[in-house]
Amino acid sequence: MSETLVKAAPGGAVQTGNGRGLLRFLTCGSVDVGKSTLIGRLLYDSKLIFEDQLASLERDSKKHGTVGEDIDLALLVDGLEAERQQGITIDVAYRFFTTPNRSFIVADTPGHEQYTRNMATGASNADLAVILIDARKGVLTQTRRHSYICSLLGVKHLVVAVNKIDLEGYSQQVFDRIVADYLDFAKTLGFETITPIPMSARYGDNVYTRSDKLPWFKGKTLIEHLETIDVESTAAAKAFRFPVQWVNRPNLDFRGFSGTVASGVVKPGDKVVVAASGRETQVERIVTYDGDLAEARAGDAVTLTLKDEVDIARGDLLVPPTARPEVADQFAAHLLWMTDEPLLPGRSYLMRIGTQVSPVKVTALKHKIDVDTLEHLAGRTLALNEIGFCNFSTANPIAFDPYVDNRETGAFILIDRYTNATVGAGMVSFGLRRAANIHRQSLLVGREEREKLNGHKPAVLWFTGLSGSGKSTIANLVERELHDRGVRTFLLDGDNVRHGLNRDLGFSDADRVENVRRVGEVAKLFVEAGVVVLCSFISPFKAERRMARELFAEGEFLEVFVDTPIEDCIKRDPKGLYAKALKGEIANFTGISSPYERPEAAELVLDTAGSEPAASARRVVDHLIALGIV
Amino acid sequence: MTAHTPTSAFDAASRRPLSDHLRRLEAESIEIMREVAAAFDNPVMLYSIGKDSGVMLHLAAKAFYPSKLPFPLLHVDTKWKFADMIRHRDSIVERYGVDLLVYTNQDGVDRGINPIASGSSLHTQVMKTDALKQALDKYGFDAAFGGARRDEEKSRAKERIFSFRSEGHVWDPRNQRPELWRLYNTRIAKGETIRVFPLSNWTELDIWEYTRAEAIPIVPLYLAAPRPVVQRDGMLIMRDDDRMPLKPGEVEEIRSVRFRSLGCYPLSAAVESEAATLDDIIDEMRVSRTSERQGRLIDTDESASMEKKKREGYF
Repeated sequence: MSETLVKAAPGGAVQTGNGRGLLRFLTCGSVDVGKSTLIGRLLYDSKLIFEDQLASLERDSKKHGTVGEDIDLALLVDGLEAERQQGITIDVAYRFFTTPNRSFIVADTPGHEQYTRNMATGASNADLAVILIDARKGVLTQTRRHSYICSLLGVKHLVVAVNKIDLEGYSQQVFDRIVADYLDFAKTLGFETITPIPMSARYGDNVYTRSDKLPWFKGKTLIEHLETIDVESTAAAKAFRFPVQWVNRPNLDFRGFSGTVASGVVKPGDKVVVAASGRETQVERIVTYDGDLAEARAGDAVTLTLKDEVDIARGDLLVPPTARPEVADQFAAHLLWMTDEPLLPGRSYLMRIGTQVSPVKVTALKHKIDVDTLEHLAGRTLALNEIGFCNFSTANPIAFDPYVDNRETGAFILIDRYTNATVGAGMVSFGLRRAANIHRQSLLVGREEREKLNGHKPAVLWFTGLSGSGKSTIANLVERELHDRGVRTFLLDGDNVRHGLNRDLGFSDADRVENVRRVGEVAKLFVEAGVVVLCSFISPFKAERRMARELFAEGEFLEVFVDTPIEDCIKRDPKGLYAKALKGEIANFTGISSPYERPEAAELVLDTAGSEPAASARRVVDHLIALGIV
Repeated sequence: MTAHTPTSAFDAASRRPLSDHLRRLEAESIEIMREVAAAFDNPVMLYSIGKDSGVMLHLAAKAFYPSKLPFPLLHVDTKWKFADMIRHRDSIVERYGVDLLVYTNQDGVDRGINPIASGSSLHTQVMKTDALKQALDKYGFDAAFGGARRDEEKSRAKERIFSFRSEGHVWDPRNQRPELWRLYNTRIAKGETIRVFPLSNWTELDIWEYTRAEAIPIVPLYLAAPRPVVQRDGMLIMRDDDRMPLKPGEVEEIRSVRFRSLGCYPLSAAVESEAATLDDIIDEMRVSRTSERQGRLIDTDESASMEKKKREGYF
């Protein structure tokens, strides 16, 4: 941060109308610092509280209120019934108010421990943050936390609201000490402006009205500052970025690309390239319902037509040829984890960045960040509300800019592929050069030639099932049979692999994912070599079996579910493991203390209860013959 | 219908330039609508005939121009709307060239459910909430646009723009998907649906200013005129037809009134007003001391009643 701005009181003329446009801001601060009261005060003093709402507020104040006979302004904003009863804010709420000079949208975010996810949500669309500090308590751990999250999410302007100053006798010393503490801490966080204001939200001092109890304070009131601050987005000054959202094709004569200009400006005649393919063309028209435009700027929702027939679909990013984004399949980013089930490196998630969607994996968790101290910590997973710095690998190259340069093209969310929940929020830092400089070497001998030499096609037989279900027994019989028929085979067995390649892995969820990832990659090499690979792994999670499947072409990967009831496995217990697990001597044992997710669409299900292993093996071989693989 | 001609649509002469604020809101809504068209198989736009629906439909025409709307409109007809509303609906459908589906809960009609004898709460449950769920199921819609705004009511303030509904149209306010930036998560499993609120960030004043600037047609009942009303439970109710009998002691009188919010006529209270033009309405709003939903009898049962209705599938 270059300097701290404490702007002087306004002397200029008052603007009329919504001259400054819309300001989106969020309020944050620790529990009981008076956030909801402040927002209630902003609404109340802007005369936006209607008589019928006031009547209901008076009723509610008697029922749930915490301020005695006064109207509890916080009850206005704590919307959901559960919150009103518990006296806490549990989610992000959006509030609207307008003064003669500006319109405002306020995101009210909770201050208790489950804060990070909601705060990040509020901050992601905010131009400014109001950080509340209790004058009696000063800068707290949560104050630092909230400031860091605002900084990480790219909020540039900060108001430090030193609230409840009435309870400290409107003391200038108290205010000055807190401000000095805060500025000392925040100087590394990169805010453009930091504006401290002493106030009492409960009594309205320095919110709308200048307080005569704070004569020593010469700065603006909160509302004066919010009305006049210039956050005029610099988005239009940045390079042009246009994520194609929807292909607009009403008839054969019109082919347009609809979307919102993420940054920069575009005019008819401008050259553009499709970021991923590098294909170049020119903008022909900027079409809107209200007529064609001479230019479109950041934030405008328009439809572009292009001079040439270039292959473009939803997800493509149109950019100028002279100022292209990075295009890579590996990058580093900050990731905020937002769900109870922890992040598992190696697991495949869906990533949405702009309008692009791609499968993505975290390949390495470089470090976690302690949001209270900003220290870097080692870690293998991220839990709910934790922030980490990670390397990512996508299935296809994606186009992006670093988040600090462009919020629109550097922000992404992660989606769980099974529950469809939004599980993570990310901010790209940089592309990994590793991806840019390592190109695939093309080989002289191809796969088809190897198949010809072998006289059969390659395939992966993925045997999954509980420990003791008979996977390895059946897989061995299948391999014997195939070998005798002259088929090149290789059997990868879970236990054997754990003695070598995967001996550094344990049995935690994260390690199980990595185990399957490595085995999948090894099997892929064998398939490239033309071999029929038999993999015998418990592989209890659907997500990892799917991840393995996705490494291969359609029809190459055959999931064989060895369906043996757990009672039978316990009875057989060939390695004596169930006995130990049931005694609690083995942690994370599948079927006992760790789940097994049954396959829903396996190519083969072997019901072993009524048949000999040889008969099951026979079925597998017959299946390969029927498919024309061997 | 073929595509609109590439020249501007209608009433160009009576439209005014938009403020920066309204242009930003407009662009945001358009982006949301395009997202739905791109990401869902079978979306629908709930059309309630009111001022918010009018703005929503107008924005949709802009979003997809020169294509026509890639989804139909759905009106859930309780059979108790003002006659003026139905007339307006039919003229709008023609004007914008859109496909309209009208759905009524026939079972409710057969059971004789109505707002006068059955009470507002049962009528709303059967003829609006249940009817809506039936219609969504009947056509298999996977996304439904609604015109709700966050400034309307406390529980609405926390609703997402893309609001997830599990099977059976259930809303769980404690388990909503976080919504960051404008990166909407549109993924759902079979049987699940999304309600989409493109007007989330608009206020009532924004709606009126946009309606005026864009010359969007509105139901005449929003403008003050001498109308026959009766006083009932402290509200002014307009007898729109003879299905609403007068109670003993009630007298019908002519007063200059208008409506801030339109629904089933026996449940929509009028306000006394002389505001006969959009300019008058906007001036009146700036000094108004009551919220628009005050005239909606369905909200007043208890202060958390909207949240309850929303959990059950109401829009």
